[in-house]
Amino acid sequence: MTGVLPVTLEESTKVVQALLYSGKEYVCVMKLHGNLPEDQVRKVLKEFEDAIYQRPPLRASVKRQLRTRRIYYLDFLEMDGRNVLFKVGCEGGTYIRKLCFDVGEVLGCGAHMQELRRTRAGPFVEDNCVRLHDMAYWFMQWQEKKDEKFLKKFVQPMEQALASVPKIYIRDSAVDAVCHGANLTAPGVLRLESGIMEGSLLAVFSLKGEAVALARAAASSEHILSMDHGVVAKVERVLMPRGTYPRCWKSGEKVDEQKP
Amino acid sequence: MPRTVAPWEIKRETLVKAEDRTDPSFGCKPEERQPEESMKFGVINLDKPAGPSSHEVAAWVKRILKLEHVGHGGTLEA
Repeated sequence: MTGVLPVTLEESTKVVQALLYSGKEYVCVMKLHGNLPEDQVRKVLKEFEDAIYQRPPLRASVKRQLRTRRIYYLDFLEMDGRNVLFKVGCEGGTYIRKLCFDVGEVLGCGAHMQELRRTRAGPFVEDNCVRLHDMAYWFMQWQEKKDEKFLKKFVQPMEQALASVPKIYIRDSAVDAVCHGANLTAPGVLRLESGIMEGSLLAVFSLKGEAVALARAAASSEHILSMDHGVVAKVERVLMPRGTYPRCWKSGEKVDEQKP
Repeated sequence: MPRTVAPWEIKRETLVKAEDRTDPSFGCKPEERQPEESMKFGVINLDKPAGPSSHEVAAWVKRILKLEHVGHGGTLEA
């Protein structure tokens, strides 16, 4: 199976949490175990465009309990004999092999996944993905010529991984407190994106557009906008190293003196 | 059943709560990071080859780029 696999480097490894749960898109070849008319296959595929139940397969790295996953779209592309080509947009953690099997059961003839290519993982799409040997080549070029343009060809800032996560922009003075794990409170908020709901994952950003932390919203966008005090978001993962911005909070003890 | 909008299709608008400026002497815009820093805070949108597991591919990237830590977003089976 090939396709988009975002690889996080060093510090940015902390954003994988956001990527794992992000939606995925695949192009898949499904092999039917019998001959069926195209319109029947089209009809059954459309039925799966919904929330579906899946039990993770035997060879899986997660607990094997029944779970629901949302299929955003399932588009039939073409069919050649028993091979069916389709494109599917789904929630992170959907097993396409399982989906093909289940489609086969509904069709009655049985089916299995023949070929799979991931065309999207969260904000990362197939159009600008790099192959391993291109990466190795550009890395060597960069090491030899010390020209940044080679690095830019294959490395993107980690903020890119958070492109489809709703964001809250905060004051400079609030940055270091969040870096030390403090929850984000209303006075620190400058701007925020619409559509945040209580409990949804959000990204805390500085005004310069740097990722500061991943957090869980404690209120909706509209509510946060009207708040003048209180916790807005609970910090789950700090992304920016401490001390990047000056410390602006008052405290009796010196926290920074402690060993990290 | 209405079709659910995929996360990447959601359009968000920015709501302004307060105005403030940022001090240019601290931090740095992501696109203006020094080369070493942009590696350290970087992500590669890799095209996984068929055969090796996602884990192996991530380990190769780590070795090729001489890094200490790498991770990958979402396993794509071999």
